[in-house]
Amino acid sequence: MRWLQALTASEQVALLFVVLFGFLTLLTVGLFLNSLREREDEEARRASELTWERVRRDLRAAWIGGSMFWVAWISGPLGATLLFALFSFLALREFITLVHTQRSDHRTLIVAFFVLLPVQYMVCGTRFFDLFTVFLPVYGFLALPIVSALADDPRSFLERNAKIQWGVMVCVYGLSHAPALLLLDFPGYTGRGAFLLFFLVMVVAASQIAQEIATRTLRRRPVARRISRSFSMRAWWIGTLTGSAAGGLLFWITPFKIGQSLAMAFLTAAAAGFGGLVMKALKKDAGVRYWGNRSSITGAVGLLDRIAVLCFAAPVFFHSARWYFAGAAR
Amino acid sequence: MTLAAFTGQVLSFIARLITGAQGHWKGCPPLAEQRIYIANHQSHFDLVLIWAAFPHELRAQTRAIAAKDYWTKSAFRRWLTTAVFNAIYVSRTRSSPDEDPLEPLAEALAAGDSLVIFPEGTRSAQGHPMPFKSGIFHLAEQFPHVPLIPTWIDNVQRVMPKGEVVPVPILCTVTFGAPLQLRPGESKADFLCRAREAVMEQRPDPAAVGRLAEAD
Repeated sequence: MRWLQALTASEQVALLFVVLFGFLTLLTVGLFLNSLREREDEEARRASELTWERVRRDLRAAWIGGSMFWVAWISGPLGATLLFALFSFLALREFITLVHTQRSDHRTLIVAFFVLLPVQYMVCGTRFFDLFTVFLPVYGFLALPIVSALADDPRSFLERNAKIQWGVMVCVYGLSHAPALLLLDFPGYTGRGAFLLFFLVMVVAASQIAQEIATRTLRRRPVARRISRSFSMRAWWIGTLTGSAAGGLLFWITPFKIGQSLAMAFLTAAAAGFGGLVMKALKKDAGVRYWGNRSSITGAVGLLDRIAVLCFAAPVFFHSARWYFAGAAR
Repeated sequence: MTLAAFTGQVLSFIARLITGAQGHWKGCPPLAEQRIYIANHQSHFDLVLIWAAFPHELRAQTRAIAAKDYWTKSAFRRWLTTAVFNAIYVSRTRSSPDEDPLEPLAEALAAGDSLVIFPEGTRSAQGHPMPFKSGIFHLAEQFPHVPLIPTWIDNVQRVMPKGEVVPVPILCTVTFGAPLQLRPGESKADFLCRAREAVMEQRPDPAAVGRLAEAD
């Protein structure tokens, strides 16, 4: 551990990526070789083929996620901001497609896509973090209904505005906290933002995987069966506690002490678990099962499905971390 | 790469960024054979969208139709329609009673090109397409070997409603159905009705998707 501390911040980050990609390579090679193994009977072979199909999809997602993370890091503040801005744009496009906006929302949507989104990421890229946290909830959310009102259409005014504000909240505000973590220079922790993002992603991933496994094996009574037939409080607790444990184990890559790290991971994992449920409710309302349903009206690509959980967890984690550092600096 | 080809690339990139421009080849593969695509028409964006949904190889030999009076007004418009889109000009008003407005289309088909036609003749604001004009019947009669591909462009009216200039990013799909041919002895009205129904059949069904959504 001593020699790790002796490295510079960027060397430590480079090491983090070497470990991450090395692990992914080992995993991919191992799973691939396993899929090549001879099976005795037809049934076992079919089953293994099906598992391989599913595993391959998850692996590809992990590789894409890892590469994105790396590209965001090496390209610096500008690149990271641009990359996540693009993802926000694609996610919001998908969201708006599915919630069935009206004709009179046209100008409001233009403001959301071509004013609010770029400004939010510009503020993020230039590190005005005080403005960054209030720009959308204060200025943005007041500007949207004004533009809507000017469109002169009173029919379901509140509902139409709520849809657009929700889209902006999740796809722009939530997601923009991921590059903000990379860019935020905490006192005494400069240049190590990648570790915080890594911490966030690992906690969310661990809690989601644990929750998924728990849902499959436990088969508890669902708490909100009309929204999700699989979501149960016990599975949520298992996911959240696993996420907290993962955060506790990773405390040494963060500036936090073990207890603080546990608490933050708990909050983050809890937000992620409930975030998944809220997204399911939105999907049910829109009448699609997956955001990326192939046969759906739009042919959306399913990006929202992958980042929705992160959109909920990122702001919660970002603000907890920011308060922690504000307290530590005092 | 010429300037025209570059402009084409940029336009199709913008169309993809804003709408996704996904082509769903449900009834036929994207072959580079001679075809007539008949599509619903809801927005000025339709043509760029259908063009961006084509694979690259199909774009060069698939020609759209442009109104002569509007698209030859300025040098830029003429360049855009001829060099970039390789469009065929059709005059909306007849200068003499003998003039056949379909003649340029027949010429292009005789030369082996594919066509994109919006048989409603104008943009329809409502969900259902308007009755088809008889042009496609005459073309199908003259060129019985060329299959007609019914095509539905979905969601595009939300991207750019009538009267707006800035498009809003919303995902659109272009669905291509099974080829259609004129049956021996089929009357004009029957054929036009059948073609219109074939186009409407390609519309993705939100209700069916909703039913699938029950399982969770």
